[in-house]
Amino acid sequence: MNHLMILPILIPLIAGASLLLAYRYSTGRQRSISVTSTFLLAVLGGWALITAGSGDYHLYLAGDWPAPFGIVLVLDRLSAVMLALTSGLALFCVLYACRGIDRQGAHFHALFQFQLAGINGAFLTGDLFNLFVFFEVLLIASYALLLHGGGRARSRAGLHYVIINLVGSALFLLALGILYGLTGTLNMADLAIAVADAPGSDRALLTGASLLLLVVFGIKAAILPLLFWLPRAYSAASAPVAALFAIMTKVGIYAIIRVFLLVFGLGEDPLNETAFAWLWPLALLTLALGGVGVLGSASLRAKTAYLVIVSIGTLLATLSFMTTASLGAALFYLIHSTSMTAVFFLLADLVGRHREHGYDGFTSISPVAHRWLLGTVFLVAGVSLAGLPPFSGFISKLWILQATTAEEGAFWLWSVLLAAAFLTIIAVSRAGSSWFWKPGELTGPARPLDRSCFALVWLMTGVSIALSVLAEPVGQYLTQTAEQLHAPEHYLQAVLPESFAEYQARETAP
Amino acid sequence: MELLFALAIGVLATCGVYLLLRARTFSVILGLTLLSHAVNLFLFGMGRLTSGAPAIIGLGTESADPLPQALVLTAIVIGFAMTAFVVVLALKAAVELRSDHVDGEDPDEDRP
Repeated sequence: MNHLMILPILIPLIAGASLLLAYRYSTGRQRSISVTSTFLLAVLGGWALITAGSGDYHLYLAGDWPAPFGIVLVLDRLSAVMLALTSGLALFCVLYACRGIDRQGAHFHALFQFQLAGINGAFLTGDLFNLFVFFEVLLIASYALLLHGGGRARSRAGLHYVIINLVGSALFLLALGILYGLTGTLNMADLAIAVADAPGSDRALLTGASLLLLVVFGIKAAILPLLFWLPRAYSAASAPVAALFAIMTKVGIYAIIRVFLLVFGLGEDPLNETAFAWLWPLALLTLALGGVGVLGSASLRAKTAYLVIVSIGTLLATLSFMTTASLGAALFYLIHSTSMTAVFFLLADLVGRHREHGYDGFTSISPVAHRWLLGTVFLVAGVSLAGLPPFSGFISKLWILQATTAEEGAFWLWSVLLAAAFLTIIAVSRAGSSWFWKPGELTGPARPLDRSCFALVWLMTGVSIALSVLAEPVGQYLTQTAEQLHAPEHYLQAVLPESFAEYQARETAP
Repeated sequence: MELLFALAIGVLATCGVYLLLRARTFSVILGLTLLSHAVNLFLFGMGRLTSGAPAIIGLGTESADPLPQALVLTAIVIGFAMTAFVVVLALKAAVELRSDHVDGEDPDEDRP
């Protein structure tokens, strides 16, 4: 048992708690605690990638209780990828926030660390109730982070966000109750065996529970009928918070992948087919709505919020094919879209602050300082986001299209995906040209360029360039991840060797 | 007992959903509370209903399932904290937006 595995949860929890105690200290000290903790998380993320790269499942039994009785943490390739992505993103966000946004309200760094603890916990846990608890941890931190900085728009968006997530939590508990009542366990591996073994009379109820879970994760991930909270909430949040929230919707995607490929994915006639049958049209509609929203939004932050919705639609539509190739492509797109939407949230703030008036709105025409520097980074980020060559957006879209060529339904995915990409190109180029070309010269003295923020945004855009340069090794890792996810038997073998052997004996017996 | 229990959950959930769909924050919060009560009772019932049975094996002829009780306890704690938070948030929003409508503005305000 490797105790490093629990550190991605413990480090931010301890840092968050000590930041609460240290709130009287100077901002500099608080920042150093927060940045140190996030940096350690990034190192741990790299460690997790290497450790999980061996292809084994690494277990951590909390309190050394054996698997179905205690809570088990499981590190596999998918968890490692998500951990590394979160910690990398968080490092950029916290550094950006240290440029002054963290002073706009109380306890920014403590909340940020608690949020990271919740996200990391959700990626590591192998227990469904524990997943609920970590969801609540990350949600309650996100409620407060969303309100960071105050103001009417944030209060209004916060109310919607909190209420819909509280309803989601209630539904989550209902689904857990049904599952526990029918199977008597909530450990994911144990549950997978119990669901596969369940008598036919329980099937309807189990399907109901799985669809309830789909609704819950759909609220988190923002699938079509459940996404109307997102544009307002994400465009009201302060820039580093919104950038971190780019990973929050992906937590919902992660939960869908994990639960529906593992818990409901076992047996001859797995239950997850019903869920994926629902997911496919909803994902396409989400994608289409996102494309329209991108074109119709009035500020860059709102536009980016709709870009998050586009990415969710693309991801889920690709996932619904349920093949190894499409899953690998979806994971690559997940990394790309998370980092690029985060870049755009930061970019909206960076450019907005250097415009004379109007912040990041498109309605006001106002000259922008440092037009060449900011315009270049906007161009590179926009090209990558819209999926034009040579950056990672192009590679990820191409991979998705290639992976789904032979599938039934590829026509729909291709047409909707390419149409949404076209709308994105129009919207982003229109935003860029109206900001950097249209307005004339500055009327007053130029505001000095915020060099650190500028460098941070460039570095994050560099992630996209690096992804396209390193596309082959990253792609291989993600293909292996997809293969691992499509073989849940090995997960069960690793977590519950005895129960799985019994299950296999029952299956092979006539 | 089963019928009474099921009816209680049903009534609580119905009232909760009805109040949740109202437009004022106070009734929405009441609705959330009722709904979470219904969910907690439901979770509790999933350990099967027995009366007077200890939650430890060997103390009586039959024993109650302790796990749902632990789950409900966790759910109550989390639900309580969330309710407290949403009350404060609703108050903050009502003061800042000068309206207790969930959208922050009353759509019928300007009507004569």
